Amino acid sequence: MEGIVKDFPGVRALDHVDFIVNRGEIHGLLGENGAGKTTLMSVLCGLYRAEAGNVYLHDSNSNSEKEVVISTPRDAIVCGVGMVHQHFRLVQSQTVLENCILGIQGSNLVVDYNAIENDIIELGKKYGMEINPEAYIWELSVGEQQRVEILKMLYRDAEILIMDEPTAVLTPQEARLLGETMKRMAIEGKTIVFITHKLDEVIEFTHRSTVLRDGKNVSTVETGNTTKRELANFMVGRDVVFSIVRPNISPGNYVLEMRGVSVYDSRGVQALKDIDIDVKSGEIIGVAGVSGNGQKELAEVATGLVGCNNGSIYIGGQDMRGCSVDGFIKAGVSHIPGDRIGVGLAGNLPVSDNLILKSYQIKEICGGLLFNKRFVDEYVDRLIDEYEVVTPGRDTLARNLSGGNQQKIVLAREIESTYRCYDDARLIVAVYPTRGLDVGATEFVRSRLVQQCSEGAGILLVSDDLEEIVAISSRIAVMYSGFIVDVVQADCVTLEDLGMLMAGESL
Amino acid sequence: MKISVEPRIEASSGLRFVVMSTSILCAFMFGGLIMGIVGVDPVDTYVAMLEGAIGRPEYWSQGQFYSITETLVKAIPLMITSIAVGVAFKMLFWNIGAEGQLVVGAIAGSGVALFAKDYGLQSPYAGINVILMCLAGIMGGGLWALIPAFLKTRFKVNEIITTLMFNYVAILWYQYLFNVVWKDPEGMGFPGTAKFDGVWILGRISGRLHWGLGIALFSGLLVWIILDKSKWGYEIRVIGQNIKAAVYGGIDVNGNVLKVMLFSGGLAGLAGTVEVSGVSYSLQEGLSVGYGYTAIIVSWLSRLNPIAIMIVSVVFAGIMVGGDQIQMTMGLPSSVAYVLQGAMLFFVLGGDFFVRYRMTLTKGQRHADS
Repeated sequence: MEGIVKDFPGVRALDHVDFIVNRGEIHGLLGENGAGKTTLMSVLCGLYRAEAGNVYLHDSNSNSEKEVVISTPRDAIVCGVGMVHQHFRLVQSQTVLENCILGIQGSNLVVDYNAIENDIIELGKKYGMEINPEAYIWELSVGEQQRVEILKMLYRDAEILIMDEPTAVLTPQEARLLGETMKRMAIEGKTIVFITHKLDEVIEFTHRSTVLRDGKNVSTVETGNTTKRELANFMVGRDVVFSIVRPNISPGNYVLEMRGVSVYDSRGVQALKDIDIDVKSGEIIGVAGVSGNGQKELAEVATGLVGCNNGSIYIGGQDMRGCSVDGFIKAGVSHIPGDRIGVGLAGNLPVSDNLILKSYQIKEICGGLLFNKRFVDEYVDRLIDEYEVVTPGRDTLARNLSGGNQQKIVLAREIESTYRCYDDARLIVAVYPTRGLDVGATEFVRSRLVQQCSEGAGILLVSDDLEEIVAISSRIAVMYSGFIVDVVQADCVTLEDLGMLMAGESL
Repeated sequence: MKISVEPRIEASSGLRFVVMSTSILCAFMFGGLIMGIVGVDPVDTYVAMLEGAIGRPEYWSQGQFYSITETLVKAIPLMITSIAVGVAFKMLFWNIGAEGQLVVGAIAGSGVALFAKDYGLQSPYAGINVILMCLAGIMGGGLWALIPAFLKTRFKVNEIITTLMFNYVAILWYQYLFNVVWKDPEGMGFPGTAKFDGVWILGRISGRLHWGLGIALFSGLLVWIILDKSKWGYEIRVIGQNIKAAVYGGIDVNGNVLKVMLFSGGLAGLAGTVEVSGVSYSLQEGLSVGYGYTAIIVSWLSRLNPIAIMIVSVVFAGIMVGGDQIQMTMGLPSSVAYVLQGAMLFFVLGGDFFVRYRMTLTKGQRHADS
C-alpha cells in the first residue's frame, strides 16, 4: 500500500501511509488508539475508500506485483484479503459450517454439506484449529468463535489475513495457541497482518512490524532487532514509564465482604463455589484466572447484577441480601464492566447521557422530575475535561469515539458517581479495565485507579493481564473452576506461581 | 464505473432535510404513477385532494374553514395515538395495540357517560364530567395495555404478538357491547348506544372541531417534556438504546415496561374517549378508521419526536380527508390515501440509507494522488 490518504470529517485519519508486507510473513501493525491502524486495514478490505494512494498485491500468475482496486468488501475477498474483526461477524443461531459458507456465491442449487464439512475439518487440521462444523456459534467460547472467523477466511481462500486485535478477547493460553496457529499459517505461505497493542505479543509472534502514529508512518522494523521500549517510544512519541507505583497506604475498613457465596448460572451449572473474599478501603485485590473460571460471575455478584444463591455479601458492613443493582450503586459500588460497548455504554446516546448514567438520580441533576440541564452540562464538561476525553462535544454519540475515549467515559462516570453520592464505603469493581487500550490510555486508567485507592476506595480488579495485576494489586485471588484457589501477597509471587494456581494446582 | 458505499460518521441536518424532502417528493411521484396507471390525471387528483384537505382561498375569505376543521378532527385521534405508540417505541417496546387500547378507552369513556348518572356521579358541569370520562378512558386503555406488558415482564411473551391480538379482542368486545348489551332500545333497531347527555360532550371550537385538539396538543407537549427533559424519559432512552447498559446502571427495566405501557395505553385510551365525547356522542360502528395502525407509520416517520408527530399527524389526516374528497367528487377510491401513506413510509425509511451512507462513483482505475 502506497501513499494512502483517508479523510474523515475534520481529521485526516491517514496521511500518505506506506505499508509493505512480504509474503508468508507475520507483520505487526502497532499504534495507539486512533493512530489509523484499523482505518488503514479497512481501506485494504474495501470498507473505506481512500482519498488517494494505490494498493498493490502479489499476483501468483505473473509472479509480480499488480495494482488492484478494492472498493467493496467483495472485491477484497476476490483479491484474497480477509479480515478477522475484533467484534466477530458471526450469526449466533447458525452452525460453524453455515457461517463459513455465508455470502459465498455458489453455482450449485444444492449445497453439498458433506463436502464442505470435510473441507472445513481438513482446514482445521492443517492449521491446528479443530472445531466441530456442526456446533452452533452460541455454544462456542470466545476463543473458538475466533477460530471460526479465521476458518471462514481460510475457506474463502484468503491469502492475506488481517487480524484486528485478536488477542484482546483471549486468555493468555488462548493467545499463545493463536500465536502457534498464525506461525503455522505463515509457514504455509499465508500472509498475516497482526494488529495489537500488546508489545509482548509483537516481540513473540511477528517477523517485522510497522508503527503508526497520528495517521503517519513512524517506522518499520525487523522485530528481532528491537525492544519493547523502543516500540513503545515509537507509538507514543515519548518515553513511557512502565511502572505504576502500587498505593502504599494501610488498609482501612471492609468495603466488600463475601461469605460462602455460591451462584448457579442460567443452565444450572455452579459458577461460583463457596467464595470468601474481602476488600478493604485502600486496597486493590487482583482477581486472576483463565477466563471462564468464575471471574465474570464474581464481578456480577459484587455489583448486584446477579443475585447469589447461597451466602451473604456486605458492602461497607451493610447486608446486601435482596438488593437491586440500584441498591448496590447507592451503597457505593462502582463497576467498570468488561464489555464496555455492550454493557458499559449506550453507543447511540450522546456522551453526556452516558456520563450521567450512574449519577442521574442525585439531587443536583434531578431534584424532582426534570433534569437540571445547566448543571448536567457543567458536570459533563468538567468530566470530559478532567478525564481528557477527546470528543468533538458532549452531544457526540458515544459510539463515534475511539475505544480509549469510551473507556475514559466509563471510568469518569464510575469514579465520579461514588464521589458525589455517597462517601463512606466505596468499592470499585474493575473488569478488564485496560483491555484493548493503547499504552497512553492504559497508563491513564491504571493511574486513576491507583489514585482512587490511595484516596480510600477498595478495588476489586479482574484482569487477564497478569503483569497489570501484579503491578498494582496488594493481594491476588486466583480463581479456578468457580473456586478461589488461593489468595497471595502480590509482592512475593512470581508469574510462574500464578500460572500454576490458574491451572488449579496448589503451590 | 463503480459505486462504492461507505458509512458516514455523522450526517448534517441540511443533508437530512434534503433527503427527507426528496423522499416525500418521490412518494407523491410514486402515487402519481399509480394514478396514471389507473387512468386519472395525477395533478388534478392531487389538487382535488389538497382542496379536500384544506379548502380553497375563496372559501376562507368567506369565513368557511370546513375542510381544515375536518382535517383537524381526524388529526386529533391520530396525534394522540401516534404519541402513545411513540413513547413505547422509544423504549423499543413494540406496542402495536394502540387500536385496541383506543377502543377500550372509548368503551370505558362511554360506559361512564351512559351509566354514571345511575350512580349519582353526574355533575351539572360538562367540564367535570368530561374529565371523569377521560380518566376512565385513560384507565381503560392503560390497563388493557398493561396485560401484554405484564405477560412480557413475567413470562417473556413477545409483545408484538400480544398487543396485536389484543386489538381483535378489544374490537369484538366493542361490537358486542353496542350491538347487544348497551344497544339503545329506542334506536329503532340500529346498532349503537344511546346518545350521551349534553353534559358528557366535549365543547366545540369551530364546525365539528372540538376541544380534543387542546388535549392532543397538551399530550404532545407533555410527552416531549417527559422524553427530553425528565428522569423518566432518560430511563426510557437508555433502555431503548441499550437494555444491558440500563440494567447495569441500576434502572428498573421491568418496572419501566409496566409504567410505559400503562402510560402509552392510557394515551391511546384517551384518544378513544375523546372520539366518542367529541365526535360520535355514542358508542357505535366506525369509531376508528385504523388510527392505531396509522399511528405506527406516523411515529416512525417522525422519528419518535413528539413535536414532529404533531405535525405529521395533521399532514396524514389531510391525506385521509383528501382521499375521502376524491372519492366523493371524482369517484376514485379513497384508499389512494393509504397508497400515499404507505409510499411515504417506504421512501422515507429507504431514504435513510443516504443519510447513513455516503455513495461515490469510482472509476475503474484508482485515481492519481490528489
